Amino acid sequence: MPISLKDEAAIAGIGLTDFSKQSGVSELSLAAQCIKSACDDAGISPGEIDGLVTYTLDSSDEVEVARAVGASDLSFFSQINYGGGAAVGTIAQAAMAVATGQASNVVCYRAMNGRSGKRMGQGVSGDISSSDLIHWSWYTPYGMLIPGSWIAMVANKYMHRYGVTREDLGRVAISQRNHALRNPRAYGYGKPLTMEQYLNSKQIAEPLCLYDFCQETDGACAILVTSAERARDLKQKPAVIRAVTQASSRGQEQMTSYYRDELISLPEMELAAKRIYDMSGLGPDDIDAACLYDAFTSEIIMQLESFGFCGAGEGKYLVREGALDVDGRLPNNTHGGLISEGYIHGMNNIAEGVRLIRCDSTSQPEKAVEHVLVSSGVGVPTGAMILGRG
Amino acid sequence: MGLDNAWWWKMAADDKLGIQRCLGCLTLRHPPRPMCGDCHSLEWDAVEASGKGSICSYTVLRHPQFPGYEYPLVIVLVDLEEGTRVTSQLVGCEPEDVDFGLQVEMLIQRDPDGFKLPVFKLAGSA
Ligand SMILES: [Zn+2]
Repeated sequence: MPISLKDEAAIAGIGLTDFSKQSGVSELSLAAQCIKSACDDAGISPGEIDGLVTYTLDSSDEVEVARAVGASDLSFFSQINYGGGAAVGTIAQAAMAVATGQASNVVCYRAMNGRSGKRMGQGVSGDISSSDLIHWSWYTPYGMLIPGSWIAMVANKYMHRYGVTREDLGRVAISQRNHALRNPRAYGYGKPLTMEQYLNSKQIAEPLCLYDFCQETDGACAILVTSAERARDLKQKPAVIRAVTQASSRGQEQMTSYYRDELISLPEMELAAKRIYDMSGLGPDDIDAACLYDAFTSEIIMQLESFGFCGAGEGKYLVREGALDVDGRLPNNTHGGLISEGYIHGMNNIAEGVRLIRCDSTSQPEKAVEHVLVSSGVGVPTGAMILGRG
Repeated sequence: MGLDNAWWWKMAADDKLGIQRCLGCLTLRHPPRPMCGDCHSLEWDAVEASGKGSICSYTVLRHPQFPGYEYPLVIVLVDLEEGTRVTSQLVGCEPEDVDFGLQVEMLIQRDPDGFKLPVFKLAGSA
């Protein structure tokens, strides 16, 4: 029995549907399409899938998906909570299942009509009964109903403490938009963004404006995880999982961890960073590119600090020197990210991490990409992983 | 409302800002929880906060605009002088006048249905 997940499992296939604002099909249809596409990418039949992992927020249950794609016997299925915080968590589940023999071919998926169906930006509601809904009841009576309002409280404090400016957030948005200009799947394809447009855009939840927010997207993304050994025999160059973890820290809430001493760092991301660097034996200097979770631009700057690419309060300098650009120190979200490609709850950021390892991104850096860091949702119980060449 | 938080709203209905206090180790905690994470006691009571504090952080909500709220809406995170922190609204203050560290005072706001909500205003303001 392995005692670490280091190099045990690999991503052998990625599958995505078209992204749109109105898919015109059911979320189950999107799920089936992206899973079939991931299997085609790897060169296996959907009948070989024996494990499925998704988000608790996903509307397509594992057995519905299994019947739709013609999977046969399943020996592993599970769901991860906390919205976008689940993204890498699904991969952690799959890697554990593969490493321990619970399953051989596990597909992680997220399928959502995120614009034409249930929109995340429409806020929380419902009868107060579960512990989660009681949690929200401390915020909703005051009008804090949308993710942007919850994140803005932390972003404002962080920016005030370290002198991060709106221009710094704008630089993140523009860097990712520039990546999206080369990605035909992206919302931002063919839509350049200037600093002037950014600064003049509508204020939503100060200090965050329209361009600091991720998209709302109809679409789906599936990630096929198998053993590193098997992945080497399949169609694509494998993206080996060097390390993967989930992470939640003391005093954690879902989006509103306001009662910890400081609001100027992301303790759960620091925990994730420590765990993946320990597990892989790698450090920040070994990471060549990243897909940092980007529901909001401010989260990118904070994560540069959490993952040790710079010290506390120094993320703004990395952004100002162009570190996130395709020729920078840490090309980030080279597909455009959740902000400028589409919002598939972070699963599409994992797919881009795999492309970077395969040298297959539409904004592939010229330098060799040996290791890519991918993180999940910010401000929620989350996770992170390092992908490497097989 | 649930078993763990209804008391806080009942205090608000009596025009009070409540803070949960562990009877095992006397630690104050907010938001309320059924067990003390430090000494694991299930026993607690509630103390009435002075309502005085300072602004730890804030945001000004402008869009989307939901029915029942007046925009722009100033949301504050208040460090109460008792040591706990509470999320609330800042009323009677223009968005450009809110800032980190300003002193604030609690007041009870009553909505058209009679529901009472502890909110804050800048200290000394009308
Ligand atoms: Zn106690």
